[in-house]
Amino acid sequence: MSESLLFRIIHIALHLLTALLLGPLIPGLINKVKALVAGRCGPPVLQLYYDLAKLARKQAVFSQTTTWIFLAGPVATVAAGLVAALLVPFGHSPAPIHFQGDVILFAYLFGLARFLTVLSALDTGSSFEGMGAAREVTFSALAEPALFLGFAALAKSSGSLSLSAMLASPGFAISRATGPFILVLAGWMIVYLAENARIPVDDPNTHLELTMIHEVMVLDHSGRPLALVLYGASLKLLVLAALILGPLLPRTDNPWLDWAAYFLALGLFAVVVGVIESITARFRMNQVPQFLMASVLATAFAFLLLLV
Amino acid sequence: MILFGLAVLLAALSGVPGLLLRKRGGEVAAGMLSLAAVFGLASSVWTLYGGAVWTQGLPFTPLGSPGLLRFDPIAAFFLIPVLLLAACGSVYGVAYFGDTHEGARRVRLLYGLTTAFLALLVAAAHAVTFMLAWEGMAITAFLLVITEDREPETQRAGWIYLIATHTGTLCLFGAFSLMASTLGSFAFTGFSSGFASTGRGSLTFVLFLVGFGIKAGIFPFHFWLPPAHAAAPSHVSSIMSGVFLKMGILGLIRLLSWIPDPPLWWGGLLVVLGAISGILGVAFALGQHDLKRLLAYHSIENIGIILLGLGIGTLGKSIGSVSVQVLGYAGGLLHVLNHGLFKGLLFLNAGSVIRGMGTRNLEQMGGLSNSMPVTAGTFLIGAWAICGLPPLNGFVSEWLIYLAAFQGLALSRLPWTVIALSALAIIGALALACFAKAYGTVFLGQPRSAEASKVQESPRAMRGPMVLLAGLCIALGLAPVLLIPALDRLVSSASGVQALPSLAGFAHLGLLSAMAALLLGLACLCWRWARPASARKDVPTWDCGYLAASPRMQYSASSFADGLVSGLRFVLWPQFHFRRIAAFFPTARRFHSHVPDPVLDRVGAPGLDLVARGFTLLRVLQSGQLPLYLLYILITLLTLLIWMVA
Repeated sequence: MSESLLFRIIHIALHLLTALLLGPLIPGLINKVKALVAGRCGPPVLQLYYDLAKLARKQAVFSQTTTWIFLAGPVATVAAGLVAALLVPFGHSPAPIHFQGDVILFAYLFGLARFLTVLSALDTGSSFEGMGAAREVTFSALAEPALFLGFAALAKSSGSLSLSAMLASPGFAISRATGPFILVLAGWMIVYLAENARIPVDDPNTHLELTMIHEVMVLDHSGRPLALVLYGASLKLLVLAALILGPLLPRTDNPWLDWAAYFLALGLFAVVVGVIESITARFRMNQVPQFLMASVLATAFAFLLLLV
Repeated sequence: MILFGLAVLLAALSGVPGLLLRKRGGEVAAGMLSLAAVFGLASSVWTLYGGAVWTQGLPFTPLGSPGLLRFDPIAAFFLIPVLLLAACGSVYGVAYFGDTHEGARRVRLLYGLTTAFLALLVAAAHAVTFMLAWEGMAITAFLLVITEDREPETQRAGWIYLIATHTGTLCLFGAFSLMASTLGSFAFTGFSSGFASTGRGSLTFVLFLVGFGIKAGIFPFHFWLPPAHAAAPSHVSSIMSGVFLKMGILGLIRLLSWIPDPPLWWGGLLVVLGAISGILGVAFALGQHDLKRLLAYHSIENIGIILLGLGIGTLGKSIGSVSVQVLGYAGGLLHVLNHGLFKGLLFLNAGSVIRGMGTRNLEQMGGLSNSMPVTAGTFLIGAWAICGLPPLNGFVSEWLIYLAAFQGLALSRLPWTVIALSALAIIGALALACFAKAYGTVFLGQPRSAEASKVQESPRAMRGPMVLLAGLCIALGLAPVLLIPALDRLVSSASGVQALPSLAGFAHLGLLSAMAALLLGLACLCWRWARPASARKDVPTWDCGYLAASPRMQYSASSFADGLVSGLRFVLWPQFHFRRIAAFFPTARRFHSHVPDPVLDRVGAPGLDLVARGFTLLRVLQSGQLPLYLLYILITLLTLLIWMVA
């Protein structure tokens, strides 16, 4: 009893540490891979940690047009991201908090972050940031159904409404649901790229011209609010990756091996995203909806396959 | 019963002293309605949280067994938004419509009367009382809509509403007659099992659905709603959207509670109608530039969400799954209350903005959160809640409906649940877009017109009700556990059975509160960390160096919604009015776009025109010459004679 309690505590502590600290590593890895593929040396893998430390000491500049909403966007991004990180299992060990229906809360927390980020962009009164905000809400209207249809497929096959059970139950290549799983994961991969503003949907590298959606909304943030924005974005990369990696990873009997496998898979996943970003070009804006439509169709077909 | 009777009486008479008093009539009316609300809410809470004593009828034996009125949990629940919003609206009305306003007395009188009719309607237990209260409500609402009757737009809205509501009443007459010929009485008692599957049962259901659907604003029957909501004074729109529409839902709930075994297609039809109303409602809201029309289309969307919950609950009842039934009904019914709270709030906010601005056009507003902090803050709460975002009340009810749909998914292969799930996801994303547009254009950025830069915050009497409703949205979102006993009783009586298992067994509402507290705690920590000790606040927006020369160059509401509106153009059919620039030295040009209502502007009005033109052909017979009319009489008599002889 005491041993299992101890195990639970260590497990939860590991989960919390992963959620709190590991996020900024992922953009670092992606950028390193992109640089290496392009034949450059690239910034250090820990660059985002340095950036955050630097921003925390910088003075913030607020436009005179802005109100308190301007600060609420970054704050909500981080707060919602952290709560979502408590709901999602990293690998095959259940999340610290899990209950029936946490999957809906998980999705809506990102909705909350999006709502306040969009408002904080509109708060500046800049039409450029307004454009980014409009695109964000437009594309998320397609990403949301894809996410929920994927949840529906997993709920149907696992018979549960809790992320911990839905993502961890199948293991790969065991059940008859293999075909649908590939479709769900393919659909969610598109959602992952779109929600995190990666190529081919958006280009996170620059502020001007190339970056048309997410980065453009936070142009006017600086200092600690900008640190929150960057940290929140890296948290989203970490948390949404757990959706894709959970069903993909094979389950072992040893929980520590599960953790190790998860960290390894997370690193590999960042490499894959980096490679995808290196070998594809950003879509023209009017092609993004078609790309997202593909994810809706993939998850919808996955659900249909589970019905028969 | 006494408390309820007192509440009705106080509400009905609340406008009368104002007719006699020269001044302070509004305050008296607001006081009386607030007192009525206190009495009514006390009796509601008593009934919902345990008291069985109140489920007694007003006996009047010749009409049938339960009598004229019965204050059961359904009545108690629907009475809450009725009296709450009426009291808030009347306090708000004191400042919104001062004593100097020419229509103030009439509005106060009708406002009280309509509240009383609504209160009677929720407790009606007999077709006679139900129809009397229904018609009383419809007619007083018509008179309230045409308050500003000098405006041609208002007159048109009023007539459309009157025609729509009476078409609904006609259907209800048919439905109640069918019911009476089946049961042998006009009293509200349950149908026997097996009736719903018969042809007569289907006809009854369809007639009730059309009759109640027109009132509730379910999609193709929603056409009266946007013009009427936009034309009415804001505290009237507030109860129209928050309460009147719910009377259609009340009717559906009563109908569902009478049927022990609804066939599968009933629930399926409700889900499909809910999905259509929800998605199209929010899609059309995206295309609006008029703040109140935008909110009105959102009412259609929320009615859709309520129907999704009720539909899934009914499916659960049909397939015998208690968990789906309880979760679906609880979600749908809780959304009735929630929508009443946040939509009532949003209409009051809209009124506050419109009173300051003198226009309903979004494109002329901007930057109002500096000059109207309370209105802006409460509007944000309302928008937050209506998008169904945690941790406010809208999330709780949508969460329950989602849970019901997911549970239904695991149980059967029926497609309805996945329709509901996808519809809810799309509605959620689009509602977020629409309210980001509304809040961003009205309250954020810089003022887009001279009026917007001179706006002042509304007086205290208007701020109070807004703050109260916003506070309730937050309270229900943070502590939904408190509602479980009430929802349990309500769901049981909406299902028409004695007792169903408690909601607490299917949904961990307590955990939701814990998660909300966690979210708020983390947000506070981040806020404290990010809130700068020293910051520069005297600079313009950086925007990569593109300083806007004029605030009118900000992103407008239409441009914000353009991506989605053009993506949905095959449903919305937006219209653009402009002339192409062809010459080398163009003069000033105008561009104008709008999204007309599909049923009213595209089908209804042209269709009625066609019918009217058809009838003009008959005028040939009516030449106005006396000999010709005598000839008609002669021909008629001769025909009759021949027919009798033969």
